[in-house]
Amino acid sequence: MTVAIVDYGSGNLRSAAKAFERAVAESAMCARVVVTADADEVTRAERVVLPGVGAFADCLASIDGLPGMRAALHEVVINAGRPFLGICVGMQLMAEFGHENGFHRGLGWVQGEVIGLRDGALKVPHMGWNEIVIRGAHPVLTGLEDGTDFYFVHSYHLRCEDEGENLAYTEYGEPICAVVGRDNMIGAQFHPEKSQSAGLKFISNFLSWHP
Amino acid sequence: MKSTLKTRIIPCLDVSDGRVVKGVNFVNLIDAGDPVEQAGVYDAAGADELCFLDITASSDRRDIILDVVARTADACFMPLTVGGGVRSIEDIRKLLMAGADKVCINTAAVIEPELVASAAAKFGAQCIVVAIDAKACKPGQWEVFTHGGRESTGIDVLDWAGRITRLGAGEILLTSMDRDGTKIGFDLALTRAVADMVTVPVIASGGAGNLDHLVEVARDGHANAVLAASIFHFGTYSVRQAKEHMHRAGLSVRL
Repeated sequence: MTVAIVDYGSGNLRSAAKAFERAVAESAMCARVVVTADADEVTRAERVVLPGVGAFADCLASIDGLPGMRAALHEVVINAGRPFLGICVGMQLMAEFGHENGFHRGLGWVQGEVIGLRDGALKVPHMGWNEIVIRGAHPVLTGLEDGTDFYFVHSYHLRCEDEGENLAYTEYGEPICAVVGRDNMIGAQFHPEKSQSAGLKFISNFLSWHP
Repeated sequence: MKSTLKTRIIPCLDVSDGRVVKGVNFVNLIDAGDPVEQAGVYDAAGADELCFLDITASSDRRDIILDVVARTADACFMPLTVGGGVRSIEDIRKLLMAGADKVCINTAAVIEPELVASAAAKFGAQCIVVAIDAKACKPGQWEVFTHGGRESTGIDVLDWAGRITRLGAGEILLTSMDRDGTKIGFDLALTRAVADMVTVPVIASGGAGNLDHLVEVARDGHANAVLAASIFHFGTYSVRQAKEHMHRAGLSVRL
């Protein structure tokens, strides 16, 4: 099995790759983790991970800067239905719209939009460890329970149109979508690759998930 | 404003020429000077983040830290902040590419405030931490110092904190020069004045001598995170003990 982590220049992907490699090793799986900017390699991968650091529109523009990447993502995730994981801004990009630095169209895979954190009494970015509350059972949440802490760093968040796709939330002024899921797609607002053992558990769940 | 976000405990290691010069002093370490091994100890102990302060004196040996950062990021799946001698966009880029999650800018931000803005625009505000070394000058007033606290700038700390936040700093690491190394507790008035004024998280540093000090700076100083060096390094307290103490005092921490 090949797991492709899409490299569109969103910063360092080394720790993400290492966390996936560790999860692979710990669960005695047979999988190869590649960090790639090549659309063909993404199309051939059995699982695809879209990380993301930075602003919504910048990330999307960078993806579009890679020849064939947008089409490859559509092919592998929507047409072929292979397991997909979006992390942080990579999760936000799954939405229809984003409001960071203007109004932008996202990948449109989940209904909803990405809006700014609003509670004036709380610090922005929402930075640090916060606990999740699980709303819907899902294979990638196996072995994780309410109150498990994950590492968050973000100033915008996804407001799901379909509450059924909001699988877990965290409390920061209001319930903030922490995990979104639909069909073969999953998105995490937190950084599993920075969330120590809970993060590795989440990653290995994703790797063994068969939607 | 219901929130379940935790107060963070961030151990800080001083690294010079790729070796820990001020770090945890556990007897069971194979190589106490190895930053990667020390990082692993803190990772296992439940530290919420880790901070490397690179105090390498000679500039031609600065790139050694990149290898340390890379090897640490390979082994520890926790957020890593690196500071010390960061002067340019290129310095920041190299550290982030090596595996740092956040880069801390201090003196360079005072010399060239635009660096904060361009770094935040390029890499995202969330990975740009601005460190402020503050020294009391009058009651209720503090001045920014640079070059490791040796040079005064005449800049008011609150003005500066507001300015760097507007420029795009995602977090502030606030060190009281008056309290640093004293172990008599944090400068609560300073921490609270800055934390209440800025919209970004504030990490308090300087003065921790016991676990009550950690409680005070979070509860009364309104710090979002606490950076501590010596109380952990000398084995006086473990990160776990610190967190349990804070938890008993009613603070929300990750246990």
